[in-house]
Amino acid sequence: MTDTYEHHDYDVLIIGAGGAGLRAAIEAKQRGLSVALVTKSLLGKAHTVMAEGGMAAALGNVYPEDNWQVHFRDTMRGGKYLNNYRMAELHAKEAPDRVLELEQWGALFDRTPSGKILQRDFGGHRYARLAHVGDRTGLELIRTLQQKVVSMGTDVFMECKVLRLVHDASGKAAGAVAYWRATGEFVTFAAKAVVLATGGAGKSWKFTSNSWECTGDGHAMALWAGARLIDMECVQFHPTGMVWPLSVRGLLVTEGVRGDGGVLRNAEGKRFMFDYVAPMFRAETAESEDEGDRWYEDHSAGRRPPELLPRDEVARAINTEVKAGRGSPHGGVFLDIASRRTPEFIRRRLPSMYHQFMELAGVDITREAMEIGPTCHYFMGGVQVDADSAATAVPGLFAAGEVAGGMHGANRLGGNSLSDLVVFGRRAGMGAADWVESGEAATSMDSSEVEAAVAAALAPFERESGENPYDVHHDLQEMMQANVGIIRTQSELDEAKERLVELAERVARVRVTGGRAYNPGWNLATDLPSMITVSRCVTEGARRRTESRGGHTREDFPTADERLGTLNFAQSCPDGTWDGEYRIEESPLLAMPAELKALLEEAH
Amino acid sequence: MAEVTMRIWRGDASGGEFAAYTLAQNEGEVVLDVVHRIQATEAPDLACRWNCKAGKCGSCSAEINGKPRLMCMTRMDSLPEGPVTVAPMRTFPIVRDLVTDVSFNFVRAQQVPALLPPPMPEGGYVMFQEDVERGQEFRKCIECFMCQDVCHVIRDHEDNKRHYAGPRFFIRYAELEMHPLDQNDRREYVREEMGLGYCNITKCCTEVCPEHIKITDNAIIPLKERVVDAHYDPIAWLGRAIRRKKKASAADAAVQPTP
Repeated sequence: MTDTYEHHDYDVLIIGAGGAGLRAAIEAKQRGLSVALVTKSLLGKAHTVMAEGGMAAALGNVYPEDNWQVHFRDTMRGGKYLNNYRMAELHAKEAPDRVLELEQWGALFDRTPSGKILQRDFGGHRYARLAHVGDRTGLELIRTLQQKVVSMGTDVFMECKVLRLVHDASGKAAGAVAYWRATGEFVTFAAKAVVLATGGAGKSWKFTSNSWECTGDGHAMALWAGARLIDMECVQFHPTGMVWPLSVRGLLVTEGVRGDGGVLRNAEGKRFMFDYVAPMFRAETAESEDEGDRWYEDHSAGRRPPELLPRDEVARAINTEVKAGRGSPHGGVFLDIASRRTPEFIRRRLPSMYHQFMELAGVDITREAMEIGPTCHYFMGGVQVDADSAATAVPGLFAAGEVAGGMHGANRLGGNSLSDLVVFGRRAGMGAADWVESGEAATSMDSSEVEAAVAAALAPFERESGENPYDVHHDLQEMMQANVGIIRTQSELDEAKERLVELAERVARVRVTGGRAYNPGWNLATDLPSMITVSRCVTEGARRRTESRGGHTREDFPTADERLGTLNFAQSCPDGTWDGEYRIEESPLLAMPAELKALLEEAH
Repeated sequence: MAEVTMRIWRGDASGGEFAAYTLAQNEGEVVLDVVHRIQATEAPDLACRWNCKAGKCGSCSAEINGKPRLMCMTRMDSLPEGPVTVAPMRTFPIVRDLVTDVSFNFVRAQQVPALLPPPMPEGGYVMFQEDVERGQEFRKCIECFMCQDVCHVIRDHEDNKRHYAGPRFFIRYAELEMHPLDQNDRREYVREEMGLGYCNITKCCTEVCPEHIKITDNAIIPLKERVVDAHYDPIAWLGRAIRRKKKASAADAAVQPTP
């Protein structure tokens, strides 16, 4: 096998070079291990770069009364208690240290007057908690980690797309098979431990904030390799994506606009969010515009405005307003900061939003309201992992960041993703290093798995006839947008399930023309099986979760169900093929210790 | 409906030519949208790099009507009537079509001596907004490498690449030089090894920066001043001579590029 393809041996193979992959690489390198970091884009371009508002950590720099207990509570409430409590606990406890260490590596966050890291308000967070740099926090995070990784001499394989994970004879993770985008040549990596840090999967929807990379490769490869995916029905539709022009529909508008004073209005000019405050949040939400406005200045002078409810609540409300005919001209609602803050303030706090609307939509957000609507943004669901080590059900396979499930439950709070990346990226690096040092790791790769992956990847070139992969992708996006969107119902989910069978058959017949060197048509063809796998899991999870909870809303089951709130749906793929049968089963939530439960029950 | 003709460079390292594609123009589209529509229909193997489609990742740099620009941030209706020419960045070797080999930049990144901060005090470092703001301007860089593309030191002089880091890295060195925590001294290294002196401040880099970083005025000129101060200061010269003997210059701290 090593004769057939370019081959590399490493202690730890990390797939994905966003925040989680980079942080895992730093940890494994610090343990003295050899590390390969493989990314399908150039280094520094991963989706992390698009994160805008900030990273949540209870540093207490702006509100000294903030602490990990409150952050834990906010995260669990935001997740509608479907979270892996241990992940939420570790995240809340460790996020402050992870933010501070970034400054040792060169990050320059915005400052408080006393020279500490400034923190901003975001939805669902009781206190101003998000460390940030204007509205380009993701860029700061990825550049800082990237520069650290490079300074450590890490081997980075750029524009190298991993196709399949490879086991040893006993079923342990033993490496992966990939190809170089530039040449189309295959490459194999043998590794004692493999870390998946591949991010999300929004590219199966038509309107998404996600880049082309977010095709769910890691979700799919983990499932095929024998790991379980949980909470796949819990997909976050971010309330504020651009809606016009059509070519940028779905592009993210940071929650920071609302954190900094922006409000939502319908076509009648009404701040409609006051009509959508769920009982669970009533005690902590302002009842009038005056009260909400006072809160921005001083959180003890009033309660938070309803625009800063968790994202699932706001996205559903916008959806309802548009359906009721009170939407904006292009099918969204208005996000208005122009009438509430000075142009100087807006340009200083939200420079890339200003730039984005000015250049792409011809809208000056210091003078006019933005038109926005929900956009497919984030996967709460993902690979089931052990909270402390990020280990999956496959020995030697670890997962961190968006590809891992559990941390965010049914709905993620804004700002908790960047902190998730560094908290669990580090833990995955530690888990992988411990596994390597345990001496139990795989020592050989099953070459038949490599050959099967290569054959499957090349098959589209060999077909005499067949469909263009772009057409199949387009139809998948239309179908998922229509049937498995923000509001779901049984008949549409059933239709999606049937349509996915047809789409899978079409994927198996796609034809690629041209050569293997940097051929985006071929690259897309190799992404399609992952997108089908993820779409199937989301659809099946959504069919089974006959309730509404967090990012999963069922029109036919509009309330939460007590029993379903005690379990995750876990999916697996017994025969390891993307177009085979998947299994779905109930997986009870971890039992929470009494002292943590008490934190949730505290009245606030 | 209005139509547009796109002249897109197709080829690889062995050569190529412009191919013309005529298609409908939709309201509000950017150049990258049109390239994507060509990919999805006439030319599925048309190679271009892109990620975020929001001007945040710096992947889709190309020369549009002869000027380096991000394809995702260039509205079709902002371009003059007539055919639109899209070519790869000229300063870097061609991989295929609009994709270039930008590895020069990643090698230069490996050669930057890392930040050297003092130990972190309990509760984190204290830095003031006015002290971090200069560095923050340079950290807006999205690494689109258009400043490198347009820099005439390397655009038409392949040989110079061996001695020259380019504007993207001069803002990186300026950022570290002005970083409130950094204790490393890279001034001599930037002069000797990274070719700061080759830059004759024509400001072409500043003009193309999509993040509007004032590369020349705020980074390169202050960096040149600091380097000159260090180089011609007799006490610094003496210190340097001693340090050289001890082999403790910043150049030694630089990470060597991995093969």
